[in-house]
Amino acid sequence: MNLNELTIREAHDGLKAKKFSSEELTNACLRRISERNPTLNAFIEVTSDIALAQAKKVDKEGVKGMLSGIPIGIKDIFCVKGMKTTGASKILDGFSSPYDATVVGKLRSAGAVFLGRTNMDEFACGASTEHSCYGVTKNPKDSERVPGGSSGGSAAAVADNMCLAAIGTDTGGSIRQPASFCGCYGLKPTYGRVSRYGVLAMASSWDTIGPFARSAEDIAIMLEVMAGCDSRDSTTPDVAVPDYAGALHQDIKGLKIGIPKEYFGEGVEEETKNIVMQAIKGLEKKGAILKEVSLPMTKYAIAVYYISMPAELSANLARYDGVRFGLNIDDKGDDLNEYYEKVRGSGFGDEIKRRIMIGTYVLSAGYYDAYYKKAQKVRTLIIKDFGKVFDEVDVLCAPVSPFPAFKLGENLDDPLKMYMADALTIPASAAGLPALSVPCGVSAAGLPIGLQVIGRQFEEGRVLGVGF
Amino acid sequence: MSKISKQQVEKVAKLARVKLSEEEVEKFSNQLDKVFGYMDILNEVDTENVEPTAQVTGLKNVMREDEIENFDNKEDLLKKTPLEVEDGQIKVMKVL
Repeated sequence: MNLNELTIREAHDGLKAKKFSSEELTNACLRRISERNPTLNAFIEVTSDIALAQAKKVDKEGVKGMLSGIPIGIKDIFCVKGMKTTGASKILDGFSSPYDATVVGKLRSAGAVFLGRTNMDEFACGASTEHSCYGVTKNPKDSERVPGGSSGGSAAAVADNMCLAAIGTDTGGSIRQPASFCGCYGLKPTYGRVSRYGVLAMASSWDTIGPFARSAEDIAIMLEVMAGCDSRDSTTPDVAVPDYAGALHQDIKGLKIGIPKEYFGEGVEEETKNIVMQAIKGLEKKGAILKEVSLPMTKYAIAVYYISMPAELSANLARYDGVRFGLNIDDKGDDLNEYYEKVRGSGFGDEIKRRIMIGTYVLSAGYYDAYYKKAQKVRTLIIKDFGKVFDEVDVLCAPVSPFPAFKLGENLDDPLKMYMADALTIPASAAGLPALSVPCGVSAAGLPIGLQVIGRQFEEGRVLGVGF
Repeated sequence: MSKISKQQVEKVAKLARVKLSEEEVEKFSNQLDKVFGYMDILNEVDTENVEPTAQVTGLKNVMREDEIENFDNKEDLLKKTPLEVEDGQIKVMKVL
């Protein structure tokens, strides 16, 4: 077995026993990247020098925690001191951050090795990683298909053994959906569980940060380092970070698993339903108790999301005005408003412009109540739905995506169809719940299918236990 | 009936300070029309007496001391602007 194919746990044990060095482990990943990245384009930039320096430092100083000397990929949405951060957008062309995002600082202190920046949809807006100014990422299982999005580069890199783990963001499904399309684990934690300080903001009441890895245990190891209260992000509550990895071995005997019937309804492919149902039956054999439940508001989640998210996005992206940092255009004009329009018109890609337009429209005079406020009220009802079923069951199990990875270009000209890829991931986001994508089988065409395990807020441990 | 006219797209683009080409105006007018057509599904839901949600974990009014923290790398920050810098300030185009 090649070193780059190890899990974090295996690599940690090997490093600790001095079977190999972090430098060797890092070089194994770098070799894999140089072989595969020209085809897949999972990494936008490979920071070999930084990675090797970090690895050598660990080799010299000795392995400390679980992530010490472990090579990871970082979605190009996190500020990393000494590296560029662009959100895969032309408008941040050449931008490098003067500081680390809180979560990056925690990973750095834990001794993780930064292999580089992974590809994504521009400002995390998309379900296919086709909306990147650096070109599309391809699915490692079938290069004619998308890796999912928006964290498609991170998912592809982990699934294809270019790194041992990676970090991404999930606003409406951007970790879970690419994890399911590529066949790796991906966790969207509870809203506020991981600090968003130093992460390019998309939709502030929805954005979460989480890990990708090749086992549930590795997800637990990553989350334990990443999670926690941060005075620089006032949405992170002071909730203790438990020993996630230690809690994995809980017995699932007697665990009540809800199966929301709406997640197996219209629009969800039969093959996906069957494979996910088989995985759930497997949990029943281990002693879990299954119960059909109903979340009637599910079908309204996409409409709620595609009103609320663009509204918040359009406000967050107002900061990209070409004044303090970013794209340098030749014809700057001689009036400030004209300059704003020009720099934003040429710096933002198609999908971003579309969402800024939707967001500005729903917030504009005369439409606020009809769209924005209405969506926020329906969001309340989605949360109530979950509250009711979590009185009866401990976790929910369902498909991550209604279908496996689609072909490149297939949904590119039909935004509404593309938005449907998020149908089963948005509801948990709306309620701020933790949800894990677990690889649970492959389709007849060889495409990975993901099982989604949704838990109550701050019950990541239980969710990971089911995925273990 | 079309919900989003080309004039509306142009107006919203102006509000958002994004310059759009003729083709983009045409394209967005069609696409946004479909997107907002879909949003009408929310009218099926009775939201009488339902409070709107903006914060999902229930945290409220998180306070902290208003203390000044100096960022000591001002030079580096100013290097990031694509515009001219004069006396430690970024020079923008005329506003009025």
